[in-house]
Amino acid sequence: MFKKLWKGLAKTREKLTSGLKGLFSGGRQLDDDFIEDLEEVLYSSDMGATAVKIIERVQKAYKKREIESTEQVFEFLKKDLAERLSGGDTSLRRAASGPTVVLVAGVNGSGKTTSIAKLTKHFKEQGLSVLLAAGDTFRAAAVEQLTIWADRLDVPIVKGETGSDPAAVAYDAVEAALARQVDILLVDTAGRLHTQKNLMTELEKIRNVLSKKIADAPHEVLLVLDATTGQNAVQQAKLFSETIQVTGLVLSKLDGTAKGGAVISIRDQVDIPVKFIGVGEQPDDLEVFEPAPFVDALLES
Amino acid sequence: MFESISKSLDSVFSRFRKKGGVLTEENIQEGLREIRQALLEADVNFKVAKGFVKSIQEQAVGAEVLKSVSPGQQLIKIVHDELAVLMGEKAAPIQLNPGLTVIMMVGLQGSGKTTTCGKLAKLLSKQGRKPLLVAADIQRPAAIEQLRVLGKQLEMPVYTEEGGRPPDICQNGVRQASSQGCDVVILDTAGRLHIDDALMQELETVRKKVAVDEILLVCDAMTGQDAVNSAKEFNQRLEVSGVILTKLDGDTRGGAALSIRQVTGKPIKFVGVGEKLDKLEVFHPDRMADRILGMGDVVSLVEKAQEHIDQEQAEETAAKLLNNTFTLDDMLDQFRMVKKMGSVKSLLDMVPGMKQLTGGVAMPEDMDKQFGRMEAIIQSMTPRERTHPDLIEPSRRHRIARGSGLAIADVNGLLKEFKQVRKMFQQLGGAGGKMPGGLGGKLAGKFLPGMPGGAKKAKQVKQLKKQGKLLQVADPAVLRDEMKRAEKQRKLEKRKRKDKAKQRRGNR
Repeated sequence: MFKKLWKGLAKTREKLTSGLKGLFSGGRQLDDDFIEDLEEVLYSSDMGATAVKIIERVQKAYKKREIESTEQVFEFLKKDLAERLSGGDTSLRRAASGPTVVLVAGVNGSGKTTSIAKLTKHFKEQGLSVLLAAGDTFRAAAVEQLTIWADRLDVPIVKGETGSDPAAVAYDAVEAALARQVDILLVDTAGRLHTQKNLMTELEKIRNVLSKKIADAPHEVLLVLDATTGQNAVQQAKLFSETIQVTGLVLSKLDGTAKGGAVISIRDQVDIPVKFIGVGEQPDDLEVFEPAPFVDALLES
Repeated sequence: MFESISKSLDSVFSRFRKKGGVLTEENIQEGLREIRQALLEADVNFKVAKGFVKSIQEQAVGAEVLKSVSPGQQLIKIVHDELAVLMGEKAAPIQLNPGLTVIMMVGLQGSGKTTTCGKLAKLLSKQGRKPLLVAADIQRPAAIEQLRVLGKQLEMPVYTEEGGRPPDICQNGVRQASSQGCDVVILDTAGRLHIDDALMQELETVRKKVAVDEILLVCDAMTGQDAVNSAKEFNQRLEVSGVILTKLDGDTRGGAALSIRQVTGKPIKFVGVGEKLDKLEVFHPDRMADRILGMGDVVSLVEKAQEHIDQEQAEETAAKLLNNTFTLDDMLDQFRMVKKMGSVKSLLDMVPGMKQLTGGVAMPEDMDKQFGRMEAIIQSMTPRERTHPDLIEPSRRHRIARGSGLAIADVNGLLKEFKQVRKMFQQLGGAGGKMPGGLGGKLAGKFLPGMPGGAKKAKQVKQLKKQGKLLQVADPAVLRDEMKRAEKQRKLEKRKRKDKAKQRRGNR
């Protein structure tokens, strides 16, 4: 199941473990040098300030004799990171009855549309019927992009003109989802920086429109996060959450050399679970996120 | 941009300032730790940050503290110089050939290549160039369509090909350029991972087949630690000539800029600061270093102001102010002018010391709103009311308030403000003294406190005028002379026009 992730993270793993292996072997002292090397490994994964906390925990555990040697730091870290990423509702929320509405948002270029294509494939493989809503009416040819995916994946799509009101598209899509009795409605939105007040208000409006006909919609609000993003990811998670109550993350582009450690900071500061990860450009390059294998893939060869 | 680095460093340095005395081992250490932490939290690569701090340390420990400066200032100077070195010392423009120039855009998925192609095309066409866009992204669905739409918006030709391979598309596109009357070709390539060997080879093939003058790496400013890996690989395989940093209009600390510059050694040429097609700006490393340290970006501000403010209109306004014929219509023009320069917040960010003063963003945002309100009030007045504000008695005020959706108190406030401005300039008209210039009268004085506004010697002002910087410094006496001269010039031109018209009529 995690073969793809494994493959995608190969480079990452090589790097981290080569770093870590050198770090933990040879019975090194847990001294300043070691801590600095550890710092480098942690910071390089985009963990940001969370690295400080983790190091403090390592040092504390060492003082308490929970860790006796530098070799044990490795095991300690694995456990610590997995714990940080566990808990909360990591599975996809479904509607009790009728269509499950999933709103997808994120900053420009994070991979929303591609992720929607992947999610579509994922749901179809589970035998669920999917309807797409082309809610990015702003960017040139964004509607066309999603339409091409809809054709390739053979699912219906609701769309408006470029430049039209995305909330209206969302409303039409919910009506269509109800009329067609689909299982899943995936709503695409235009990329926007979380600092753009007007665009965030627009997103809030889209979210509100979704619950006009289905009271508890959207059942899932996914924030697509580029794994190469640094500490700004925390800001993104914070502000998108404040506006549209994000319920889960899709961590995209994990097939590069970026480690996606920002999700650990996010978990630490905003506490949003990762639900899916993107590990390639093809529609089936999507994995359901599981903390333990994710951390294993990150730390082990 | 870089707001948070500035803030962190500000706090370190303000502590130094308070301490005074000499640089001790200890206070350097504390400062350096904070600098390192700030850089790391700003997404500067770990190794880059480490190297940066080390070189600061080396320079700081050996440095003598000058008598006239505080140890903190001394350290600021060292950090500033080092930052400037790290980011390259001066702006690097695009190398444009007299004949055909070919620019290739490369980068990871979602970094903003296609949008930036459009922005760059717009910028170059503003400089009198004729760009041709070539759609060579055959990977992402509808990427070609996206470029086509951008081309339509910009009224520029776009070369597309169905079913071709990117190297051939690029080659054919470049061949087409001259027949389309174009002198710049911008190649939009597909986003790709730097470790995707096949796709990286494809770019190498393009480079072999086409004489590419510039290869610009488009990078997302929000990128974290991995920025060094992708930038290094792209640079090694393609020998990029420069970098464009996108999405800098968000709240990212933008540490990737430092990292990328450091590992590639290539200049950052432009920054993307918004979704609209005119939101591409030249990157100024020296100014950016100032900015990181909270020293402001005065030069950028001046340039921005110059671009948008019509010199003649500014002079006219100043004349009106001095002759007491300044009306509410003129005030409205002033609001709009300041608005055109960009949001008040982005202007304020460039002003030295403003960050410490305002602390947050609440105040500038309010200002933008305030502008909007004032505009609404003036627009709710009749033309006659705008030129004769004394007409506006209570019942009219009531109507104006309703029309603008605001309270009577707001209308009163605006009228009071207006009268004050007029009065102030009336006094100035006679006496010599300080005058903020045409940048918006009192408003300029209010909103742009960091700008030099005092009286300058006539010679200096003339020099500044020559350089086009008169807008912010003006001595009333000189300004009056200038205006008289401008008035003469206008009359002269008017007469010339009349004469010409007469001639034409005569010819018929």
